[in-house]
Amino acid sequence: MTTDSVSTTTDRPRTLAEKVWASHLVAEGAKGEPDLLYIDLHLVHEVTSPQAFDGLRLAGRPVRRPDLTIATEDHNTPTLAIDKPIAEPTSRKQIETLRANAQEFGIRLHSLGDVEQGIVHVVGPQLGLTMPGITVVCGDSHTSTHGAFGALAMGIGTSEVEHVLATQTLPLKPFKTMAITVEGELKPGVTAKDIILAVIAKIGTGGGQGYVLEYRGSAIRALSMDGRMTICNMSIEAGARAGMVAPDETTYAYLKGRPHAPEGADWDAAVEYWNTLRTDDDALFDAEVYLDANELEPFVTWGTNPGQGVSLSESVPDPATIIDANERAAAERALEYMDLAAGTPMKQIPVDAVFMGSCTNSRLDDLRAFTSIIKGQKKAEGVRVMVVPGSARVRLEAEAEGLDKIVEEFGAEWRFAGCSMCLGMNPDQLAPGERCASTSNRNFEGRQGKGGRTHLVSPLVAAATAIRGTLSSPADLLADGIAVDTEYTGVEGVSA
Amino acid sequence: MDKVTTVTGVAVPLRRSNVDTDQIIPAVFLKRVTKTGYDDGLFHEWRKDPQFILNRPEYAGARILITGSDFGTGSSREHAVWALRDFGFAAVISPKFADIFRGNAGKQGLLAGQVDEATVEQFWAELEASPGMEATVDLEARTVTVGNITAPFEIDDYTRWRLLEGLDDIALTLRDEQAITDFEARRESWRPTTLPAR
Ligand code: SF4
Repeated sequence: MTTDSVSTTTDRPRTLAEKVWASHLVAEGAKGEPDLLYIDLHLVHEVTSPQAFDGLRLAGRPVRRPDLTIATEDHNTPTLAIDKPIAEPTSRKQIETLRANAQEFGIRLHSLGDVEQGIVHVVGPQLGLTMPGITVVCGDSHTSTHGAFGALAMGIGTSEVEHVLATQTLPLKPFKTMAITVEGELKPGVTAKDIILAVIAKIGTGGGQGYVLEYRGSAIRALSMDGRMTICNMSIEAGARAGMVAPDETTYAYLKGRPHAPEGADWDAAVEYWNTLRTDDDALFDAEVYLDANELEPFVTWGTNPGQGVSLSESVPDPATIIDANERAAAERALEYMDLAAGTPMKQIPVDAVFMGSCTNSRLDDLRAFTSIIKGQKKAEGVRVMVVPGSARVRLEAEAEGLDKIVEEFGAEWRFAGCSMCLGMNPDQLAPGERCASTSNRNFEGRQGKGGRTHLVSPLVAAATAIRGTLSSPADLLADGIAVDTEYTGVEGVSA
Repeated sequence: MDKVTTVTGVAVPLRRSNVDTDQIIPAVFLKRVTKTGYDDGLFHEWRKDPQFILNRPEYAGARILITGSDFGTGSSREHAVWALRDFGFAAVISPKFADIFRGNAGKQGLLAGQVDEATVEQFWAELEASPGMEATVDLEARTVTVGNITAPFEIDDYTRWRLLEGLDDIALTLRDEQAITDFEARRESWRPTTLPAR
């Protein structure tokens, strides 16, 4: 069966995710079989695409819609000396292969040195390609980022990448929906990152399995697009298939005038449709979760999965108090790996490094937040601080505001764009045993370098930590008598 | 993907169970950028032992692998199937496969048939008595024949049909190509395109 119109409406009240799904149905699956969904935008990077292109070549198939496909180099790219050949042979090979494939199959590629090069999930939105009501896929689990625009955005595997390249569709089994409602007003110094870390700590790293999450409520509406992207980005860390925020004026204001945003009559038609992309009032979610924004504090992880987190003002939990035997064992293992003793106040934990970057927190808003705290300060002695913009364009925009100078005067490194120390596929890695406050999304064992220890934090906490040398919030700086310029963060005058 | 109806060839009795995908092909081979040429990675650690069964000349050119229970557990890497295929295997027989491995095998045209444990033991005994003996896996009839023993194997109907028709995932979807083209015709003009950049 096929649908008649892309914007089909039915009488049954539906959630945002269901509406986007229905409008992309190419063929409905027979009982138990997946539906075939059309894919509006396919993002490609060097790590998960080589075998997909090779598969096309083997079968003699072209890319069906090069005009709905775009590629960038991010995971392996160096963040220093980007004009030099890449030293590591595997990294170099993956990048060279992407370049050859893009050429052969006629795909637009933003290579190292290009102003639109950067982390794939930063590039799509900044070009205005990511927009409400579309389907987005990429061979990368953090594709969920794009859901911030009200798009249905999913990470896929390499064989699915090949499938989308060849057919521009994907067979997908229907999902369940979960509403995550965050009402209230965030306290000064509390950010989108703290919301999502608190959500994951609450529902667990498997809590979202099988679900598309929809983030709702006044605290979400109040966030910038950059903040919403931070939240949707980490949906996958709760095990979810995707995360979404309904589009609104904030979304439209962000999009308007971007290189690929619709114009003129197209813009008007789009907005008219986008305005229908809200969960109907009486639509039912399969699950609902509530969070009180007023109660949230800066959040930080103590363990080796993103669900092992506490408020920064708390202490390392005692595994003995965990009832579930598996979770208790996991906590014990995590504390051993992290070299932490139960009961240690989080704020007494010293770090060796601070990483400000990744597709979670490397956009202009994030860099503004970070630099608003470190401005005029000096980093703690012995702490390595690396600031890596999400894309070459973000880097330029930040430089136009003088943020690079603030970073350098602080004693931190201002790098070129890429995934960098988020996963250490390039030379940016932690040494064994090194401890890092990181604005990225995964604190898995060895993620940032073999034996490295990661604490996930917001850009504000990363900044305060870089100044004090121990896990800290901007409020701690004020308590130390350090004045912080808080134009972008609302921390001003905070005494908590 | 080629159609599979009958596989006849040298059968290898691999007396091991719980063969995970890391043993089938270690992670270092995941750094490659191609979809073929993984034969050197197959059972990489075990093949360092000159006595390992696949190193024995009688089994040169083997096409059928007869292995113990829980084959293909662990990481979901499709490379495990590619390595078996590139080495020359067209069918794997086991009392039980890991789900993801079985799914990957069906998608790549590798026949994965389930035969009960006792029969696998009998097959092993037969094959070990005459190393290098040929066997036949008949997908049409759903039987495996080793020497004088013919036994039924299990494979789900859908996967069997796909193998018999030689349909990979993409070919299956392209049977709906008209529906895709129709969908594209009504796709609104505000939706994004990546070319050309303004
Ligand atoms: S920044 Fe990290 S999480 Fe994001 S795409 Fe790169 S490696 Fe993946």
